[in-house]
Amino acid sequence: MISSNETISRKVTEVLAEEFELAPDLLTADATLYDDLGLDSLDAVDMVVALEKAFGMKMTNEDAIRGVRTVGDLTAVVIKIRDQQPRKV
Amino acid sequence: MLLNRVVITGCGAVSPFGLGVTSLVDGVWQGRSGVRYMPEWQNIRGLTSHLAAPVPDFDAKQLLSRPLRRTMGSMAIYATLAAREAVTASGLSPEILHSGSVGVAIGSTTGSPQIYEDFYRSFIATMSIEEQRSGTFFKLMGHSCAANVCLALGISGEQWAPASACTSAAQAIGLGYLLIQSGRQTAMLCGGADEVHSAVTIIFDVMKAASRVHEEPLKAPRPFDKKRDGVVCGGGSGILVLESLDSAQRRGAKILCEIIGFGHVNDSQHIANPHESSMERAMRNAMKEGNVSLSDIDYVNAHATGTQLGDIAESRAIYAVLDGNVPVSSFKGHIGHTLGAAGGLETIIVLAMLDRQELAPTLHLNQPDPECAPIAFVQSICKHSLNTVIKNNFALGGVNTSLVLRRWTS
Repeated sequence: MISSNETISRKVTEVLAEEFELAPDLLTADATLYDDLGLDSLDAVDMVVALEKAFGMKMTNEDAIRGVRTVGDLTAVVIKIRDQQPRKV
Repeated sequence: MLLNRVVITGCGAVSPFGLGVTSLVDGVWQGRSGVRYMPEWQNIRGLTSHLAAPVPDFDAKQLLSRPLRRTMGSMAIYATLAAREAVTASGLSPEILHSGSVGVAIGSTTGSPQIYEDFYRSFIATMSIEEQRSGTFFKLMGHSCAANVCLALGISGEQWAPASACTSAAQAIGLGYLLIQSGRQTAMLCGGADEVHSAVTIIFDVMKAASRVHEEPLKAPRPFDKKRDGVVCGGGSGILVLESLDSAQRRGAKILCEIIGFGHVNDSQHIANPHESSMERAMRNAMKEGNVSLSDIDYVNAHATGTQLGDIAESRAIYAVLDGNVPVSSFKGHIGHTLGAAGGLETIIVLAMLDRQELAPTLHLNQPDPECAPIAFVQSICKHSLNTVIKNNFALGGVNTSLVLRRWTS
């Protein structure tokens, strides 16, 4: 494992808090990105860029990202993409 | 067709003296300079001017929410803060702003030069756009200030962004005046914005028109002075609320002055050199429209940036139109040349003069250049009866503008 799922979850919320100037206590797993956190389509673009930079991996699975509704969904997508990364021997 | 009379009912400023109209006016009346030395520009090979009049640092996070700020470069932040102050001063309600009868005309020389630099630094180094943020284009676009102001203040009327460098704000004010006169809009937020960046000073430096008084930055530029050596670029935003007289009176708004004439011509002679008779033509057109003559004009606020050619041409044009007895000053010595913001910020200072019935001088004008026409240069603050004044702004590209403003007395 590159990072534990718990570490990834914490890092996702840190990235969202920093990028969108959000209070960390708003970033619960069931908080919806658009309705609860007030993000929009432009923010979604920046969110991917910020997460790619933070995790050092490309998030090219656009279908999976398009289906994200909540912070929990987003964390799950990041974990899934992380798991698909080639492992260094 | 009966034209609406147009008045100014509010103003807002972000200037080299900081945030707000009060800091701008206090800076001028205290005889201060917003110019400073830019040591980081020493590293630019060939650049000989290391002076600028930037807006002092402030924390925009405390003043504008992230959803608004994400599409703003510095100049759009300045414009939005100035526009917000102007709207508050005018008393225009959110309902009026949303009604479609209020528009915006806010110009700038370009989109944010700092964002251009950031984009191309990253793009050219990597030939990749993978790290670009979604807000970049909205900070670069030519109507960044106008669009962001509309979004921030909920303004849903006409949106214009005159881009003509040093006359951007003056053109915007003239445009707002025409739109209200004709009845297309009831009120307009008008003015301009720009930000200090080395690329802007480089343009003047290449043309040998930028000041190099490095040992005494607080004494540059020196409009009309024998020792003047060029422009010092500044940043900020000056926004005015223009409104039909009927609307202002119906609301019981405080009226700051009336705009009675706008002269606006191109010299069609030279892309860079000033043209005396075109400056004259702009002033004469504005006076004719305002139905005023030489004896009515109490003061001229000159564009005078401190260049060799420009100051001489403007002094001669003023002399030709008004003779040598009408007081004349320029505010570039205080706040530098704020380019797209100049017409807005300088008009706000003129409004303070009309209110105080005082003349504000050209800072650093010690020895008027004998090559300039013998006009009545203002060299210190003094009481003076001011009713009708001319505000000049000129720009590279041959643009010449003059506004005639009249003090409002109910």
